[in-house]
Amino acid sequence: MKDRQNSTAAVPIMDAAAVQRALRRIAHEIIERNPDLHSLVLAGIPSRGVEIEQRIAEFIRTIEKIDIATGVIDVAMHRDDVGTRPELPMVRESKLPLPLEGQTVVIVDDVLFTGRTARAAMDAISSFGRPARIQLAALIDRGHRELPIRPDYIGKNLPTRPDEKVRLRLEQTDGEPDAVFLEKQ
Amino acid sequence: MTARWTRKDLLGLRDLSAEEINFILETADAFKQVGTREIKKVPALRGKTMVNFFVEPSTRTRISFELAALRLSADVINISAATSSLTKGETLKDTGRNIEALHTDILVLRHSSAGAPQFLASRLNASVINAGDGAHEHPTQALLDLYTIREKRGKIAGLRVAIIGDILFSRVARSNIFGLTKLGARVTLVGPSTLIPREFEELGVTVSHKIDQVLSDADVVNLLRIQHERQRKEYFPGIGEYRTLFGLTKERAKMLKPDCLIMHPGPINRGVEIDSEVADGRQSVILDQVSNGLAVRMAVLYLCGGIAT
Repeated sequence: MKDRQNSTAAVPIMDAAAVQRALRRIAHEIIERNPDLHSLVLAGIPSRGVEIEQRIAEFIRTIEKIDIATGVIDVAMHRDDVGTRPELPMVRESKLPLPLEGQTVVIVDDVLFTGRTARAAMDAISSFGRPARIQLAALIDRGHRELPIRPDYIGKNLPTRPDEKVRLRLEQTDGEPDAVFLEKQ
Repeated sequence: MTARWTRKDLLGLRDLSAEEINFILETADAFKQVGTREIKKVPALRGKTMVNFFVEPSTRTRISFELAALRLSADVINISAATSSLTKGETLKDTGRNIEALHTDILVLRHSSAGAPQFLASRLNASVINAGDGAHEHPTQALLDLYTIREKRGKIAGLRVAIIGDILFSRVARSNIFGLTKLGARVTLVGPSTLIPREFEELGVTVSHKIDQVLSDADVVNLLRIQHERQRKEYFPGIGEYRTLFGLTKERAKMLKPDCLIMHPGPINRGVEIDSEVADGRQSVILDQVSNGLAVRMAVLYLCGGIAT
């Protein structure tokens, strides 16, 4: 009843167990697609993409007994909307294990939406070197792409309206139990 | 940190909160990393135009801003006093309006009059960055000093910082005092009484006229250049006398703690405010300041120039 009185209602989509199952499956798919895990680099987009990347790396470690390389790729300097925002968020330092030549880099993000962040991440990665290939993983794909970008690994496909919001909470970054909500206006 | 950047201009550190100063320093960490990439250029300000407008001579600050803008993919135009129409009697306001009529997005201004950047910032849509105005402020110099201290010592709060030399005429000193005190450092100003007016004590700093009493406790010593161009003769007896009383000679440097940082904004007068052996010694971070200046100026241009105006 309370939700109905508010202008926004949060619909639970995934709980902690569902999030873990989805990330474990992504880890299995990454292993399946990339026979040489020694030339694999996970690159998380701050801040929740980095946490998701750490969890996928942990699953791969458990399953394959191998430590895969991880890094951070911040996209703020590579966005395509310079001069359009009245306030700017913090830029984070990017760190990737170098050199990238011959490596497969998997970009890890929390929610895939327009594809502009993924494009900026590819641009950012190319300033560090020329990897053999770049793949894309996201916990949620909510659709509404504005660029010709297609993910390689998806935790959950979530059909949304453009004005809806996907809210992800992770224990480590938000201090709340893992959960995904869809907020309707 | 959840704070966000909302300013189009950087006029001085007096206006900024500690949170805003830390925001710039943390942003500079990300831009310092860009200098280690295979491709050291990012598209952050692609399509933006920056004018480096230097009414007073400067080499290192101008070049640092220029390189910072190029690394951010902005287009850069340099105008110096000699080539500008200011020498033909044009007012600063008209010069500013002409610069803006060329669709300039960022104006980096070095001016001999205190307040010139504020004057233009309130009249132009472009972002205005103060690159030194008279004896008023030089915010990016102070930010790169803060960045270097934070990088080398891991913190700023609680450190004892001695600023030594020509305080009265120094915009570097003023901006450093604002920045350091806001971030919790304990600042002591050292120099001839003629070059440190008592009013500076109202800014929350200690004043000393005896360098030997300050050196052994300091975590950082920041030596300022004697500004011959702003000096009249009567402020101190002479260069030799100044070195004897306030110079960081190699003998005096032995009094410093082994981890004390030696800083200087440049250009250094070797054998006046600092001996060559000290400027080139193990504790000197003078060249780190230059490198960090690039990262700090990239951060400032990105933040002020990247915002919607």
